[in-house]
Amino acid sequence: MSGSTARGDLVRSVLVVVLGTIVLGLAYPALMVGISQLAFSNQANGSLITDHGRTVGSKLAAQAFTSPAYFHPRPSATDPAYNANGTTFANLGPNSRQLASNISANLAAVLKLEGPYNPGLTAAQVPVDAVTTSASGIDPDISKAYADLQARRVAAVRHLPLATVQKLIDEHVDGRFLDFFGEPGVNVLELNLALDQEH
Amino acid sequence: MTLPPFQGIAQIAVYVIVLLALTPLLGSYMTRVYEGDRVLLARWFGFAERAFYRLLRTSPEDEQNWREYARSVLWLSILFLIPLYVLLRVQGHLPLNPDGLKGVAQGVSVNTAASFVTNTNWQYYGGEYTMSYLSQMAGLAVQNFVSAAVGMAVLVAMIRGFARRETEHLGNFWVDLYRSIVYILLPLSLIAAIILASQGVPETFSGHAVAHTLQGGTQEIARGPVASQIAIKQLGTNGGGFYNSNSAVPFENPNGFTNFLEMIYILLIGSAEVYMFGKMVRATRQGWAILAVMYLLMIVGVAVAAPAEQHGSPVLHDSGVSLAASSTSPGGNMTDKEVRFGIANTALWATITTDASNGSVNGGHDAFTALGGAVPLTNIFIGEVIFGGVGSGLYGMLMLVILAVFVGGLMVGRTPEYLGKKIEAKEIKLAVIGSIFVPIVVLVLTAVAMSTHAGKESIFNAGPHGFTEAFYAYTSQTNNNGSAFAGYGATDFSTYLGAFAMLVGRFVPLIAALAIGGSVAAKRITPPSLGTMHTDGPTFVGLLTGLVILLPALTILPAIVLGPVVEALTTRLF
Repeated sequence: MSGSTARGDLVRSVLVVVLGTIVLGLAYPALMVGISQLAFSNQANGSLITDHGRTVGSKLAAQAFTSPAYFHPRPSATDPAYNANGTTFANLGPNSRQLASNISANLAAVLKLEGPYNPGLTAAQVPVDAVTTSASGIDPDISKAYADLQARRVAAVRHLPLATVQKLIDEHVDGRFLDFFGEPGVNVLELNLALDQEH
Repeated sequence: MTLPPFQGIAQIAVYVIVLLALTPLLGSYMTRVYEGDRVLLARWFGFAERAFYRLLRTSPEDEQNWREYARSVLWLSILFLIPLYVLLRVQGHLPLNPDGLKGVAQGVSVNTAASFVTNTNWQYYGGEYTMSYLSQMAGLAVQNFVSAAVGMAVLVAMIRGFARRETEHLGNFWVDLYRSIVYILLPLSLIAAIILASQGVPETFSGHAVAHTLQGGTQEIARGPVASQIAIKQLGTNGGGFYNSNSAVPFENPNGFTNFLEMIYILLIGSAEVYMFGKMVRATRQGWAILAVMYLLMIVGVAVAAPAEQHGSPVLHDSGVSLAASSTSPGGNMTDKEVRFGIANTALWATITTDASNGSVNGGHDAFTALGGAVPLTNIFIGEVIFGGVGSGLYGMLMLVILAVFVGGLMVGRTPEYLGKKIEAKEIKLAVIGSIFVPIVVLVLTAVAMSTHAGKESIFNAGPHGFTEAFYAYTSQTNNNGSAFAGYGATDFSTYLGAFAMLVGRFVPLIAALAIGGSVAAKRITPPSLGTMHTDGPTFVGLLTGLVILLPALTILPAIVLGPVVEALTTRLF
């Protein structure tokens, strides 16, 4: 079988398929799972957050918050919203009529919810991330500007001083890596958990 | 057009600098690997390499001519297609399927098998709710390694054709395949997988987690052996995501650090290979000349995409919300983008993932502005040669180099030469086939998809954007990129047509590249004379850049006008 013949290639290909599947398809991920589970099991299992022994969510996935006592995440295109087992983009183009009506509806909802607590609130004070769907549908972060916009409502509903809520926001800003890479954001789930503990 | 804040521009600049700095390091290492030097890993694990060759009854001395090399490539690819297809169909009856997913539909299975074997990674499926862990690992991730290594091996064989003289031998495919995987892809993947897992990319065999949310609902959280797959999907310019929203999902790409690392991995090998080319032909300046063209076109791309996205879309401007960037808000077109990446990092990613034939995305390209979205589309249409797929990018670029040398030769009236090899009718013909065939297939398939009822069913957005979706789909698949205007849907028609596009788009240029390698290997090397055109100076860089843009521009422009240009010129909604 030495030398290059069609039959030789066929046999070699079969061997590579078998060996490749075992080494690259099974051994490599198994080794990585082993190391990751030993060295950083929390991260390797989905960065789950537990509260009183119950899993309440993941640091890396937005979950639905509709109560006015909580900070709300960005709009989500998944079905149902914030489905961490079915991520999706909205896929609507920049000149899409559907996008226009979604954005107006999202904006109207933000103005209606935050307006009473922020007198004179106009569209121009609403940051863009508040009305746009995220790419994953489970973006765990909101911009600091959107968090600031929601602070008055949350403080009022919870009967907390605004300064307390504002301080919690500042503590939950995830900065850039090395103060340089990426963009800062506020992790909504962690912020809401901190609020619940404050109460 | 609105410039992103300085912070964003600085991140783009640092990315380019770090990538450039790593290029000669990895490029030198890869040269040593392929020339059979005993690199550290070869000394430690040489026994495994020798055992592999014994098992396959082959050896580095057992060299192949271009036809034998091509035949080995084709056999291996065919033999991977079939079990992958079968695995996807029957995954429901196999282990490592904790969430009880069913077999994948026939059309999607055919498309996906072709997609991963050709290093395309087009996704007509949503990863987390379609693919079992076994399919992701033993099916798709294996192909992430192997299809990347096949591209790298073919490139090395072609380069040997230029480096050697008066021989028909281009190396041994099985040896090049082994060395690509074991000494380059696997070690770099191991490092990245562990770093990613430490940052929050799941790496577990457990099924989805169930959370009881603060408001009293439940939430299923998909996870699995993700980190090991993401590492190789970026490194091997594969791009197929574990999750439907790909690298935009926090579980694939949790923060600014992982985003930077993954972006480096997307272009690392593609950039290093060009340096390796210079080393292997004993003329590093030749490598730098090609790198200059690639970096130039990359920077131009992001210089268009980032301001376009920062400016925002017509719909967002009409809504009246605040689009200004500030220290507390990213501003710009945040539709289908993530807060932790913002505008600059998403525009940069979109540019480089389509410069490379990677195709992973950290934001939705379908929602890009007309001008922003035209950048990835143009990048892919340029034929995946601005870095391009690992291996395949540079062999595609070398065909354009041959055409540029030919054009330059015509201008000065001399027989064209490249690296001392006379470029004659045979090489020109092969290079033309290798570079014109793919755009022709794209245009024909897009025309078919636009003019048939079955084709139109896949379109999601109305108006010119819908045309762009279809055009992008066949451009991306034929060029083996895999990124998408993701609204474009899977039907029987679109899955089979796409599978055909990916297979011919992969193997026709690949065989042409090997044939060129075989043809130039047989030639003598003529020493440079006074009249030799220099292919390592700014004039040639300019000529090659012009050709890289002009060649596809002549074929693509009418279609670009029908899609993004119409869209950019109107504020009408569709």
